[in-house]
Amino acid sequence: MIHSLFLINHTGDIFLEKHWKSVISRGVCDYFLEVKEKAVEPENVPPVLQTPHHYLISIYRDKLFFLSVIQTEVPPLFVIEFLHRVADTFQDYFGECSESIIKDNVVTVYELLEEMLDNGFPLATESNILKEMIKPPTILRSVVNTLTGSSNVGDKLPTGQLSNIPWRRAAVKYTNNEAYFDVIEEIDAILDKSGMTVFAEIQGVIEACTRLSGMPDLTLSFMNPRLLDDVSFHPCVRFKRWESERVLSFIPPDGNFTLMTYHVSSQNLVAIPVYVKQNISFFETGSCGRLDITIGPKQTMGKMVEGLMVTVHMPKAVLSVNLTASQGNYTYDLATKVLVWDIGKLNPQKPPNLRGTLSVQSGAPRPEENPALDIKLKIQQLAISGLKVNRLDMYGEKYKPFKGVKYMTKAGKFQVRT
Amino acid sequence: MTDSKYFTTTKKGEIFELKAELNSDKKEKKKEAVKKVIASMTVGKDVSALFPDVVNCMQTDNLELKKLVYLYLMNYAKSQPDMAIMAVNTFVKDCEDPNPLIRALAVRTMGCIRVDKITEYLCEPLRKCLKDEDPYVRKTAAVCVAKLHDINAQLVEDQGFLDTLKDLISDSNPMVVANAVAALSEIAESHPNSNLMDLNPQTINKLLTALNECTEWGQIFILDCLANYTPRDDRESQSICERVTPRLSHANSAVVLSAVKVLMKFMEMLPKDLDYYGTLLKKLAPPLVTLLSAEPELQYVALRNINLIVQRRPEILKHEMKVFFVKYNDPIYVKLEKLDIMIRLASQANIAQVLAELKEYATEVDVDFVRKAVRAIGRCAIKVEQSAERCVSTLLDLIQTKVNYVVQEAIVVIKDIFRKYPNKYESVIATLCENLDSLDEPEARAAMIWIVGEYAERIDNADELLESFLEGFHDESTQVQLQLLTAIVKLFLKKPTETQELVQQVLSLATQDSDNPDLRDRGYIYWRLLSTDPVAAKEVVLAEKPLISEETDLIEPTLLEELICHIGTLASVYHKPPSAFVEGSRGVQHKRLPGSAGSGESESPDAGSAGGVSEAPPAVIPSQGDLLGDLLNLDLTPPTATGPPPPSSGMQMGAMDLLGGGLDSLLGGDLGGSPAMGSGFGGPPAAMPASFSAPVSGGLDDLFDLGGGVGMPMGAYSPPKTIWLPAMKAKGLEILGTFARRAGVIQMEMTLTNKAMSVMSDFAIQFNRNSFGLAPAGPLQVLTPLSPNQSIEVALPLNTVGPIMKMEPLNNLQVAVKNNIDVFYFSCQYPISMLFVEDGTMDRQVFLATWKDIPNDNEAQFQIKDCHLNSDAASNKLQGSNIFTIAKRTVEGQDMLYQSIKLTNGIWVLAELKVQAGNPNFMVSLKCRAPEVSQCVFQSYEAVLKN
Repeated sequence: MIHSLFLINHTGDIFLEKHWKSVISRGVCDYFLEVKEKAVEPENVPPVLQTPHHYLISIYRDKLFFLSVIQTEVPPLFVIEFLHRVADTFQDYFGECSESIIKDNVVTVYELLEEMLDNGFPLATESNILKEMIKPPTILRSVVNTLTGSSNVGDKLPTGQLSNIPWRRAAVKYTNNEAYFDVIEEIDAILDKSGMTVFAEIQGVIEACTRLSGMPDLTLSFMNPRLLDDVSFHPCVRFKRWESERVLSFIPPDGNFTLMTYHVSSQNLVAIPVYVKQNISFFETGSCGRLDITIGPKQTMGKMVEGLMVTVHMPKAVLSVNLTASQGNYTYDLATKVLVWDIGKLNPQKPPNLRGTLSVQSGAPRPEENPALDIKLKIQQLAISGLKVNRLDMYGEKYKPFKGVKYMTKAGKFQVRT
Repeated sequence: MTDSKYFTTTKKGEIFELKAELNSDKKEKKKEAVKKVIASMTVGKDVSALFPDVVNCMQTDNLELKKLVYLYLMNYAKSQPDMAIMAVNTFVKDCEDPNPLIRALAVRTMGCIRVDKITEYLCEPLRKCLKDEDPYVRKTAAVCVAKLHDINAQLVEDQGFLDTLKDLISDSNPMVVANAVAALSEIAESHPNSNLMDLNPQTINKLLTALNECTEWGQIFILDCLANYTPRDDRESQSICERVTPRLSHANSAVVLSAVKVLMKFMEMLPKDLDYYGTLLKKLAPPLVTLLSAEPELQYVALRNINLIVQRRPEILKHEMKVFFVKYNDPIYVKLEKLDIMIRLASQANIAQVLAELKEYATEVDVDFVRKAVRAIGRCAIKVEQSAERCVSTLLDLIQTKVNYVVQEAIVVIKDIFRKYPNKYESVIATLCENLDSLDEPEARAAMIWIVGEYAERIDNADELLESFLEGFHDESTQVQLQLLTAIVKLFLKKPTETQELVQQVLSLATQDSDNPDLRDRGYIYWRLLSTDPVAAKEVVLAEKPLISEETDLIEPTLLEELICHIGTLASVYHKPPSAFVEGSRGVQHKRLPGSAGSGESESPDAGSAGGVSEAPPAVIPSQGDLLGDLLNLDLTPPTATGPPPPSSGMQMGAMDLLGGGLDSLLGGDLGGSPAMGSGFGGPPAAMPASFSAPVSGGLDDLFDLGGGVGMPMGAYSPPKTIWLPAMKAKGLEILGTFARRAGVIQMEMTLTNKAMSVMSDFAIQFNRNSFGLAPAGPLQVLTPLSPNQSIEVALPLNTVGPIMKMEPLNNLQVAVKNNIDVFYFSCQYPISMLFVEDGTMDRQVFLATWKDIPNDNEAQFQIKDCHLNSDAASNKLQGSNIFTIAKRTVEGQDMLYQSIKLTNGIWVLAELKVQAGNPNFMVSLKCRAPEVSQCVFQSYEAVLKN
């Protein structure tokens, strides 16, 4: 099981360690730091490393490495999932997950880690339960605590911990009962030079926010559930009902949670909302190149495309750029060689265009690689897969809740090859 | 104010100040001080000096303070064991607290304090907590048993905690069940043979029920535990699969992968024509695809496992090629894994897509990735014949880019393509030759030289090209030197007139100016061949080469089977069996996939688990045993006198003797360091599915044949073959064997199976000294090399004139088997009845006298249960194994048979067998001057009578 945890910042300083069994010297991290040194980019450090006596399993999140040490055969996914859960919990408690915020709350962090794992076995990882055991810090509470001498640590057994619905605490009460569902879809796609789709799929997620009193039992149904290729549910969803009737039936956790994630794969036709015409070329002679990018609407289902942004990782040899954008602004970072063109809203009548020259280091060979374009965009009020919520019903409680469903489509890993 | 204030220090010295604060009267100040101590601890500062002061704060109503003190205790108790005792009273008191949270906290913390003195006090509170009314306390206590076991295993067993833990599997609360399973699994890992997890249909049912209700982590523990169970039949297997499939839709990817493991394993038992089998296959693909949209770390582990799954069951993901397409900002470790899987999934149907992608990748920035992409194009050409042409033209396009490492990598793979499709794509040689100058890596240079030598007759200036390489001969790496030598000899044999000078030059460079023995030896061989018999030289050097096989990097079938049982574990990430690298788990048990239903008669349900062969686990001699010295000193030269002529096909790889394999590998155009080529000789592509059960049933069938065919009235008893040497321990060689006595000759009968990917040859066998001087009477007769997946039956006659040493047990035999790969050691036990000689009938008078003469202390009595034979049948049966009845007496319906046995070394054993009509229990009394043999003789009695 998980033996120890080290938190390491991106420069390689170990700033927190926690051991759940015996203490392991932080020297064990040297193996990791050596690999990290070699990998150059922190993203490229392999997540599973072997040392003479231990295994190191790590994740890289928010510019921090969460490095766990294990000694026996443990499923690596189990460890990785747990580490992400730790990072999620920090995010949830402190609003962000960074070195400074962890240092500022080190005692709470330590208490949390102790509560999440016992002897390497996960103990309490549900945010609802943790918050009952250890209250998140707020300015008001710390003032009150100082005055009254009470503490941040709950002294009662969390109610949900052992019930059949560990995700919900008992006796929730609200004056305004509301339930909101956000259907958010991300398009992962690779387009080739000519704009043809090489690969496209949709990753969808339904984020929910429920503030409902008592023990509400909700049922959510879709107009077209057969669209979904693969689904993963929050533990609250009754799988049998989904299997037989394709409806989501559940007693929700209190507050924010991810109800389900789904996947619409390349087998179905995935609509691509924009087209990209591009040409990036370098001249054989002389030290310059040309860039010309145009983006226009394709299958937008009549909705407005917003937050449009194009990122290009230029070859190392490109010294500077001299471009004109018909809409929006562009920046070129000389150190990282990243060109960012922030367009904003897409005007269907006048497709935005960016063109101009690239100057290349003189004497350097013509760059071989073709930089790929990374596209970001947002479309409100649209689920690009066509998924639609049919209705939401509540049983088990008498009051009438306020219900709302919102749709949004975003670009995920949306890449155009050149 | 934030916690960072705890890190500030003052001039007076931190420890001094903290000490004062810890002993303050004000509660709030105390708490703040403890927080400061904890903060220092988290950054690795040593604050152990404050131990007594912190422990003093333990007696408090404030839960936060208590928890903080506990945190401190866990960290430092080990270094201050005497002080830690001070805390015990508070712990014991807390274990009785009315608040379950405090009870649980106390027992949990006590378990974390790894101090012997404290663990003694832990037993009683722990026992109470394991039976606590509150499930939260029980679940915490379950984990505590695992902690305690880690500190003091003996104590846990003595106190009976393991049984209590097993009882918790039936607990009403699913969280308690999950934690009990997790604790038991962890304990079982350090006790592989303890049979802690006694899995039967009832417990399985309980686990499956708990599975639906417990937390995600609990589900992982339960699924991993389920994966160790072997269902009784396909129906049970299906019902478990049905109850596990909903886990595929869990948001936690570890749950998903553990469920995949259970399904992949239990699927083996389902008949392929079952509708459900097809449904299950379809259900597996979407969750695997979804794993690939998770965080990159999760993707990596998922990809390593998918790599195994597509090798075992390619049909699951054959339509999902596109999800493995690489995005430019994937981390490099994800890119490389995706590429590997793309090649495994490449087929005629999708090759166009794959090639277009690979070509795209070849223009990326990352050098390692680009190289692998170029290699992948070559592998596609070899794997999918229809695409070869397109692959070659893609490679040529890439060569045109003139990017140095791309060109070199392309040339290496083109060489492999030439090997696979000879005389087809030679038109590209001209293009390759243009790039000669840019090659600076040994592998690429060697490949180019091989191409020039191989096609010397079609390259006009081949001699010039090779000569240009020769100039810097001594600066080249060995790989290139060897290749250059061979290539020039080839050239000479093809164009003898113009190149005499060149060949002489290279031969003298290789033989006289080189320090490298490999190079020198090869040089000398060529030199002598050329000078004695140029025709023979031509036949050897220009011999037709075997084609290279398609898949060069498949995992061996037995290893793959084992890895499938370990999906989701570290083993699956490293693609090595757990025994190869997991430290701390002493003697990991090998897992095997269950056989599919109806694959052979050997799968009778009561034959038990996994193939039903290895009921008695084979005892493999530990590699550092003292006795081994004897074995290691034995001369294990191959039986050259009776040895087979080297096979003409040249398929024999890596043979050790110079005359056979040495030359073969030379004339096989061996490219030295190229692993793709080296392992490419693997013969027929390994047919994986179902083949592993074949040798087993074959072996059993043979046994029946032999038993019936020897022409003795009853036939001496010979036990069924058991696995002596599992393939895992012997680099793919599996040995099943038994002993038999046929027409007065003791025989060791073995089935040798090659489960590796390469051909095995040069078998030889030796015994260690043993109790009865058993020794092989001749060499091991394995005449033809053993191809992958082939089995051979061997009968080795034995004599009893070898060196003698008493073994424990008496009938233990330690054996060494050698082949071209390595020497392997194992031990087996022979039935002592093999040693009963045919002239074992003792005269009645002598019998009587001897019986009286042997002291009564030497008499041993045994009972044989459940034997439904009458005395005559028993007597007949025993006679078949040279146990001779010399007198019979009937007293009050009880037959007394008096029997004599003579062993090969002249020891006589006298026996009295009591058979009562209608009573299936026989009594045997054995008398012998060497009473040690009695136990073995009795075992033979039992074996003979019951078979």
